[in-house]
Amino acid sequence: MTLALIVILPLIGSLLPLLFSNHGRSLCASMTMLAPVIGMVLLWQQAPAVFAGETLVQTWRWLDLLGLHISFRLDGLSFLFALMILGIGLLVILYARYYLAKNDPMGRFFAYLLLFMSAMLGVVLSENLLLMMFFWEMTSLSSFLLIGYWSHSTDARKGARMALAVTGAGGLALLAGVLLIGQVVGSYQLTDVLAAGDLLRGHALYPVMLILVLLGVFTKSAQFPFHFWLPHAMAAPTPVSAYLHSATMVKAGVFLLARLYPALADTDLWFYLVSSAGMATLLVGACTALFQHDLKGLLAYSTISHLGLITLLFGLNTPLAAVAAVFHIINHATFKASLFMAAGIIDHETGTRDMRRINGLLRFMPHTATLAMVAASAMAGVPLLNGFLSKEMFFSETLEQHMLGSFSWLIPLGATLGGVFSVAYSLRFIHDVFFNGKPVNLPKYPPHEPPRYMKVPVEILVAMCLMVGLAPGLTVAGLLSVAAQATVGGALPEYSLAIWHGFNLPLMMSFVALVVGVLVYAARAPLFAWYERQRELDAKLVFERMIQSMVRGAGQFTLMLENASLQRYLTFLLGSALVVSGYWLFKLPSLRGDVAMSPIDGTSLAVTLIMAVAALATVFWHRQRLVSLTMLSVVGLGVVLAFARFAAPDLALTQISVEVVTIVLLMLSLFFLPARTPRESSLLRRGRDLLLALMSGLLVAALAFAVMTRPYDSIAGFFLENSLSGGGGTNVVNVILVDFRGFDTLGEITVLAVAAIGIYALIDGLRLRLPGGDSLGKPWATRSEQLMLVNLSRVLLPLALLISVFIFLRGHNLPGGGFIAGLITAVALILQYVASGEEWTSERWPVNYHYLAASGVLIAAATGAGSWLFGYPFLTSAFDHFYIPLVGDIELATAMLFDLGVYLTVVGATLLILANLGKLSKVPLRRGDF
Amino acid sequence: MELMFALLIGLLTSCGVFLLLRARTFPVVVGLTLIGYAVNLFLFSMGRIDEAVPAVLGEHIDYADPLPQALVLTAIVIGFAMTAFALVLSLRAQGELDSDHVDGKGDR
Repeated sequence: MTLALIVILPLIGSLLPLLFSNHGRSLCASMTMLAPVIGMVLLWQQAPAVFAGETLVQTWRWLDLLGLHISFRLDGLSFLFALMILGIGLLVILYARYYLAKNDPMGRFFAYLLLFMSAMLGVVLSENLLLMMFFWEMTSLSSFLLIGYWSHSTDARKGARMALAVTGAGGLALLAGVLLIGQVVGSYQLTDVLAAGDLLRGHALYPVMLILVLLGVFTKSAQFPFHFWLPHAMAAPTPVSAYLHSATMVKAGVFLLARLYPALADTDLWFYLVSSAGMATLLVGACTALFQHDLKGLLAYSTISHLGLITLLFGLNTPLAAVAAVFHIINHATFKASLFMAAGIIDHETGTRDMRRINGLLRFMPHTATLAMVAASAMAGVPLLNGFLSKEMFFSETLEQHMLGSFSWLIPLGATLGGVFSVAYSLRFIHDVFFNGKPVNLPKYPPHEPPRYMKVPVEILVAMCLMVGLAPGLTVAGLLSVAAQATVGGALPEYSLAIWHGFNLPLMMSFVALVVGVLVYAARAPLFAWYERQRELDAKLVFERMIQSMVRGAGQFTLMLENASLQRYLTFLLGSALVVSGYWLFKLPSLRGDVAMSPIDGTSLAVTLIMAVAALATVFWHRQRLVSLTMLSVVGLGVVLAFARFAAPDLALTQISVEVVTIVLLMLSLFFLPARTPRESSLLRRGRDLLLALMSGLLVAALAFAVMTRPYDSIAGFFLENSLSGGGGTNVVNVILVDFRGFDTLGEITVLAVAAIGIYALIDGLRLRLPGGDSLGKPWATRSEQLMLVNLSRVLLPLALLISVFIFLRGHNLPGGGFIAGLITAVALILQYVASGEEWTSERWPVNYHYLAASGVLIAAATGAGSWLFGYPFLTSAFDHFYIPLVGDIELATAMLFDLGVYLTVVGATLLILANLGKLSKVPLRRGDF
Repeated sequence: MELMFALLIGLLTSCGVFLLLRARTFPVVVGLTLIGYAVNLFLFSMGRIDEAVPAVLGEHIDYADPLPQALVLTAIVIGFAMTAFALVLSLRAQGELDSDHVDGKGDR
């Protein structure tokens, strides 16, 4: 519980600064410190166990199938990091209290900071690798918010975006690597992964895993060639730089190197990849740092170079080098955080960070200057300071590595060169800022010391640099030893933290670095001039260009697929449907099955031929729309006959009623649409469409043929046997619709009602230009004078309604039912609209079709729900026989009530569509038309 | 008979697909209707088209499969709703854009 609390407390605590942001700056900062202070206490309570060499693991099992558990771990390494995150975090909060300007929203800043703290603690304390990934991404996101805190500045926004893009991309690679590791080991728990080092190193996928994990590490820890985001992240407020970009977030990468050291290290590949990246970063960072004129830019490149140093140490593959790396992590965090804070103070007090303008500050702020000079000396590796100790260890480890054979001297040489530049830029930081004449044209003049408490964090950190440097055995030795043990995953070889090892080669290297570094700085004028002449490669421009070309490429790719052309989409859709289903069809040994075909009779042949000709004619005359429509109706009638021929009277009745309604609908719409289709497709396009159409037809025909000639096994027997006994009806099709599969039907009439309402919504408010006349230019008749039609339709109406009642009532036992009866009623009513006009009909038949359709769905649903009252499942039907005088014995089933719902929905929906469409064609009558 | 029926379904599909790929709304709706016919006949044929009597219980033994019929019956009605929707959509497009091109491009 404790470990989880340490991680979660800052997350909960991030609400406090928001609540107290209007209650004074000091209160807000104190409230922010609450969570880290409690976390610190909790962490110290675990210290005895950790220093005794124990590994505390707390696990709540969560998703066993995925191997994802809420699981935390505290050993020496995570203890060290948690300590740094909480400790430096507290100092940074105190510092930021004075750093932030009056108009900076302080609550928001501290909330982001605590959010980041929680994420970072999660990374170092997670036992489960997937959980760690979650926190890893959370650090990327919260650092995005922190870098972009001054969102009014373009640089801040761009820097934040770049950091997010680079570390986010690395995070994806790392996730892939972690997933691979988990697959190979069979668990995502660190305890299992660390124990499976030999398995991982021996696995065929080891190089892939390693490279993916290293991509995550290198992007996060700003290793060459991914280092470019860090200098641009300097647009963040300085407390953020001190916290994220020196002590914590950029250390997450090297933390992971240390964490996975027992699992992945100790191979040649590890050596080549990690140490070469580290060496390149060390040199590039150190050289570039010297030429920065921006104070924070110098520190950023110096951080890059020190991170490279740590990476190089891990890459050297010896336990002692790992110890040195952990030691340097501690030392770098202390001196670099204090240097960033000092730089922030200088920026705060002078209003600029340009070292060509800030000179001779010693006179104005002697206190700060002293602190900064001590910290900068530690950075340079001056004896009696902590930086010297770890740098000595680094030099001696580079001498121990012989992987490169006769070229092994390259590593110590590179290390010394890095040391030279490190001395030179540290010297520049000291000399340029605090000495070197007088300040030039400062925005704020004269600068003076900052508020008392703004210096306290710097003092504490500098004191630590000194104490570690003077008495390492008393201060850091214990912590370093447990942390290094946890890193290496076993006993440590003998090592000594003494300041004085006698006159040896590492000391010589330090001496050379010091002397040559001073010489390089002395010769800075020609060097700067040389650097100015180099063509500057602005990483931001390159990055932005890359991002922009990627976005453009993605846009073009999308446009290629998605050019807003329905025809193209359909082509893609049909093409892929052909490929997918055609592939399986080709795998059939033979298209024709074993079942013998039935003979062809003359009538069927004739109807088939008529349908084929009509279908072809529909296509052939598709430019003359009325002709095409007429041909279409012939095909539809053919379908009716086909249903009737093959023992499906219900289908034939439904089809013929729908046919009438559909054709009326198409005719109505033709009134508004152009009567002809222009010819606009190219020959090539038509050829392609023809090919696609032929292929589709062939596929469907082959599929139908293949199925129809194969043996038949159906569940029809169940329905035939249970229809009468279970559903109380002899028309099995209708019993299926209203009883066995009643739920489907309920869904279907709902869809019908919804479609009708959708159509109504589309028609509502639609303004169509009424055509002035037919294609020959004759004006349309505005009054119906069709005496025959009017009179006949009025006589037909009661008869049609009677038939629909008859069809409805007999539906359960003979062909018929709600669907068909509803369609017949609809056709009869539509005939009134067609013959007598909309006004005449709605005057005499004032029915709201919305309500009709809705009540149908409701009746059907209520019938289904009714069975709940009797303790049966939804839509259970009941039936019984009743004796009614004069009529005789009659069977009544609840299914009939359901069918009534279907009937009402069909009538309502159909008329809702047609009557509303019909209204559109009403021509406003003008005077004199009569 | 089966071969003839399959070919008929294929022909209806071909005609429907060709019209579906036209650039104007009305042929597309007609094509949709043709494909609807083909699909319904195809589904229907899954219950086989051999000599049988309608599935109305009586003296017979050899009934047609009622299940595909029930499915097709609702499919016909839903197909009508879809045709109507596509048609009204094209009318709306005509009203808003003054064009019956499927992509809403102007006639000029």
